[in-house]
Amino acid sequence: MAGDKVARTGNEAMAEAMRQINPDVVAAYPITPATEVAQLFSQFVADGKVDTEFVTVESEHSAMSACIGASAGGARAMTATASQGLALMNEMLHIASGLRLPIVMPEVNRALSAPINIHGDHSDTMASKDTGWIQINCENSQEAYDSIIQAVKICEHPDVLLPAMVSDDGFIISHCMEVIHMLSDDEAKKFIGEYKPERFLLDVDRPYTLGALDLQDYYFEHKRQEIEAMNKASKVIVEVGKEFGKKFGREYGLFEEYRMDGAELVILVMGSTAGTTKTVVRELRKNGIKAGLLKLRIFRPFPFKELSDALRGAKALAVMDRSDAFNSFGGPLFEDVRSSLYDLEKKPLITNYIYGLGGRDIGLDAIKGVYDDLKKMTETGKVEQVVNYLGVRE
Amino acid sequence: MPGIKELAKREEQMTGGHRLCSGCGAGIMARQVLLAASKHKVICTSSTGCLEVATTIFPYSSWKVPFFHSAFENSAATCSGIEAAYQALKRKGKVDKDIKFIAFGGDGGTYDIGLQSLSGAMERGHNMLYVCYDNGAYMNTGIQRSSASPRGSHTTTGPSGKVSYGKKQYRKDLTEIMASHHIPYAAQTSIGNWRDLTTKVEKALDTEGPSFINIFTPCRLGWAYDPAITIELAKLASDTHYWPMYEVVNGEYKLSYKPKEKKPYKEFLQLQGRFKHMLKNEELVNEIEEEIERRWNRLLKLCGEEVQQ
Repeated sequence: MAGDKVARTGNEAMAEAMRQINPDVVAAYPITPATEVAQLFSQFVADGKVDTEFVTVESEHSAMSACIGASAGGARAMTATASQGLALMNEMLHIASGLRLPIVMPEVNRALSAPINIHGDHSDTMASKDTGWIQINCENSQEAYDSIIQAVKICEHPDVLLPAMVSDDGFIISHCMEVIHMLSDDEAKKFIGEYKPERFLLDVDRPYTLGALDLQDYYFEHKRQEIEAMNKASKVIVEVGKEFGKKFGREYGLFEEYRMDGAELVILVMGSTAGTTKTVVRELRKNGIKAGLLKLRIFRPFPFKELSDALRGAKALAVMDRSDAFNSFGGPLFEDVRSSLYDLEKKPLITNYIYGLGGRDIGLDAIKGVYDDLKKMTETGKVEQVVNYLGVRE
Repeated sequence: MPGIKELAKREEQMTGGHRLCSGCGAGIMARQVLLAASKHKVICTSSTGCLEVATTIFPYSSWKVPFFHSAFENSAATCSGIEAAYQALKRKGKVDKDIKFIAFGGDGGTYDIGLQSLSGAMERGHNMLYVCYDNGAYMNTGIQRSSASPRGSHTTTGPSGKVSYGKKQYRKDLTEIMASHHIPYAAQTSIGNWRDLTTKVEKALDTEGPSFINIFTPCRLGWAYDPAITIELAKLASDTHYWPMYEVVNGEYKLSYKPKEKKPYKEFLQLQGRFKHMLKNEELVNEIEEEIERRWNRLLKLCGEEVQQ
């Protein structure tokens, strides 16, 4: 298929990226709202559009286990999941990264149970933030499509060799039709290149043991190497994002700065809410209010240094979390952003908003209200309330 | 069927120097399986357990074949992923060898926490052999009860005490569960009979599609016996009808071994510390013996053998 403008839902965009990647193995299990990704992909298999071995596993735990086996075997392996599925995989997420297997996983953000809820919030990926996976958060279908293709190249880079999950917001993006620009199949194939692992199990003439018992005398060194790989991933993510931009006109970095030139009142947010925030920023700027948006794309590795540089000029900052960390001090994004600003001599006033849990809608007015609060903070020089809950009945 | 002389000439695929206990059945089991498999190129996976932790202490490994371990409950799913990678890469011309796949798991990783993963892999029909080495408890974590532990046995989570004789339930019949998946080859064997074990492994690896072998594997530490009698105990388990050896080939049951004379179950019990507390409880021993006979007779019928009353 030639590169083209097409109408696709988030799930369709993710499935199309997988089709173009044409992984050797896909092992997947259905879960709302990510079900369609594997479902559409299985049709590509049935129609001979890919030559993937499609493994219809009996759980997400087995999906990740099979991907880990396949990747260790020497294959390019993928799966897709959401919410409870990601939670069930948790044990294996650590093992995929610990064994340095470059598995790429489209993930559709959905609230975690209980109470059971199928709609979009970030509690699922936030519960996986310390698993050693690269986490790429997408505003819309275009970003999801582009990021999945980039993720393959990032993960397989010899300096990285880590897995990545690429997320978009459940239903809000996954089931929403948008116009996206697709690469041609050939462009996508050339961009990601061929997977050539240095060592793999199916290379039976060079037998080796993988997943060995690693005790006090080596475990720490292996973990240190993994930490270093995550440190190096930032640079590779930026390089791959630039190369993608050069070739296809859409450049990506660790985050997007929207109207951040001279911005004094800043919202920092991930995912689809960034789109809504952009509209509010444009309105405020028209009225002479120096509003800006920092849309975080890469949550792991967390861009501490780059973020603090970008926020240096802000007077007041609202960090928007679509999940809570249950630590009595706000959301997980807030923790890391606040920590990144610690070394700044002149810090912005910082506040946290927990919003949109269980897919609760967030509109223009709510975001406008946050900017109003930020304005008030700059006027009084005080943070009245550090952690706020936006749009909840109390 | 390889003779002992031929097996002795084959190159060992699992080296010594590992940290399994002296007299450990699992080491004997893995060595026999690999010797039987040695005409093929094989890749092995294992669930977390004694076999894995004692043979792969980094940077050492006893495995001369590619070996992979990821977690406890997923040896089958992991192996199915490697097998899927093999199918894909072979189709694409990136792998040209013929390779066989063997997943190992103990009874904890197979009967209990890994049952779902095993069932899924068998149902999907991957071309792989799953080997369960059944030593009747979670030995690696310190002899906890499993659904394969025999009734009356003392385990650290089902201990015998002033008001308890140990495990209350009979063991789950996993080989039957696997046969009910209608896979082309399911079998039960024992390290007490090397010929039967190696023959079954050969058959399983020559079978197209999924196969399963349940191997009786004594554990000297968990069963508390003299490490010199590992093989003798394994033989006794079959001679007492406690561990029948049979196979189910495309749905057809076949008995592999019929002791000339059935030995009393008590002979098996009295050699092991885990049953010490119940030797005087004749009522319990008789009850268990009756259940063993009921299961044995049921198997004889399935195998088309004459049932002795």
